[in-house]
Amino acid sequence: MSLQATTQRAWSPLFQLRGVSRRRPDASGEPVAILDHIHLDLAGGLITTLVGPSGAGKSSLLHLLNRLDEPDEGSILYQGRDLRQWDVVELRRSVGLVLQAPVMLPGTVEQNVGAGPRLRGQALARERAVELLRLVGLAPALLERKAADLSGGEQQRVSLARTLANEPRVLLLDEVTASLDPGSARDVEELIVGLTSRLSLTAVWITHNLAQAERCGDHLVLMAHGRVAEEAVTAGFFAGPATEEGRRFLESGKEVHP
Amino acid sequence: MSSFTLSLTLAFTLLAVAASYWQRLALERDILIGTVRAAVQLLAVGYILYFVFHAPSLIFTFLMVAVMVGVATQNASRRGKGLPGVQWRVLAALTLTEVVTIGLMLLFRMIQPTPQYVISLSGMIVGNAMVVAGLLLNRLQGEVDARRDELRVLLSLGATPRQAIQDQLRAAVRACMIPAVDSLKTVGLVQLPGMMTGQILAGASPIVAVRYQILIMFSLTSAAALCSIILGLLTYRLYFNQAYQLAR
Repeated sequence: MSLQATTQRAWSPLFQLRGVSRRRPDASGEPVAILDHIHLDLAGGLITTLVGPSGAGKSSLLHLLNRLDEPDEGSILYQGRDLRQWDVVELRRSVGLVLQAPVMLPGTVEQNVGAGPRLRGQALARERAVELLRLVGLAPALLERKAADLSGGEQQRVSLARTLANEPRVLLLDEVTASLDPGSARDVEELIVGLTSRLSLTAVWITHNLAQAERCGDHLVLMAHGRVAEEAVTAGFFAGPATEEGRRFLESGKEVHP
Repeated sequence: MSSFTLSLTLAFTLLAVAASYWQRLALERDILIGTVRAAVQLLAVGYILYFVFHAPSLIFTFLMVAVMVGVATQNASRRGKGLPGVQWRVLAALTLTEVVTIGLMLLFRMIQPTPQYVISLSGMIVGNAMVVAGLLLNRLQGEVDARRDELRVLLSLGATPRQAIQDQLRAAVRACMIPAVDSLKTVGLVQLPGMMTGQILAGASPIVAVRYQILIMFSLTSAAALCSIILGLLTYRLYFNQAYQLAR
């Protein structure tokens, strides 16, 4: 049964992946499938969490969605149009990516937050920078601070504000709370859920934390060995996975995040 | 200098071999090969230059400079191993640097249009530009490797390759310029440059030698700037593909 058929709320796919494969050479130089003929629809306006063991291909999949990487086979449609037909700069502004370990650009917080607009020749107004900092729960006084001097949690929020300054439609989140302490992780998590709802954003969110996936996600995609093992409405998955792989993963995940 | 005295200069090489053996640097073989190569190359070029200077010809002069640029290109390109088409880019950067620098010297009549001047000065300019080109390729690769995540963030924010790599490119060009700028600051105080020393030893007036040395220093600084900027601009795109992704 397709995910669309099992979902209570009607939704239209924002991304459609059709037979997407990606191979990379292993240590001996032989190509190994990181993603293996993925067929997947990702819902617009909802939060989809990508879960699965390490090496399942989650990050590789995420990097394909804003064309930081290219599939070897298959095609990806965004808003019904093949990614390769989009202007890549326009696409990346529309589909923002936040990495697991926040990477600060040289300079101040204000320069970091204003990086996106500056790349298209516009200066980010001070009021807008303040607004973005407030939006991600940071004090405007931080604008003058050197970004590299901030704590991990603060840097992750700056990363988020920097991505939001481009006014994206989609947020790709690659384990954005993994490197944070539990308190900061929970704050950032609530912040993202609040932002996606308030700004009507679509989010594709990789997490290793099943409790987080249950709390935050509308849909869940379980990946294993470069394939989609199960896709489900989040509540449905946690009530009882439809596949053996899903059941095993849920059991092992509960041991890690009871 | 007599041939006997010249042969005594081998004492310096033997000193280096002994030091390498003593400190177990395992460079003895390289030093000996380098010594033989340097002696043969310099003696050969001395005879060739003697011939060219005594039978001035535009073609011979051009050929000599072309050989210099060709060998320098091959040598500097090794630093960009794995970058497709880097050899042509290095060739273009070295050629442009040579043409602009020597062209200005000839245009403003700083030097006479004779093989003695053109070949000698070209050797210095191309040799210096070769070192700069190798340094730029090495440094740019290092910057790209060390700051890959930064590049990925900028690309994901919608940067073009030029925008994404701008800081790394600037850092690499700066690194190439530092030796030339430091030489400008300390010349005469810390070191007496090779050409000036050579002229003085050959009996020229120090005042005349200094004038030529000023010409050399200034032109080498401009050659370093030109070569590193041209090569940087010709090369940075090789780190990205058509879809503005970091090359695999």
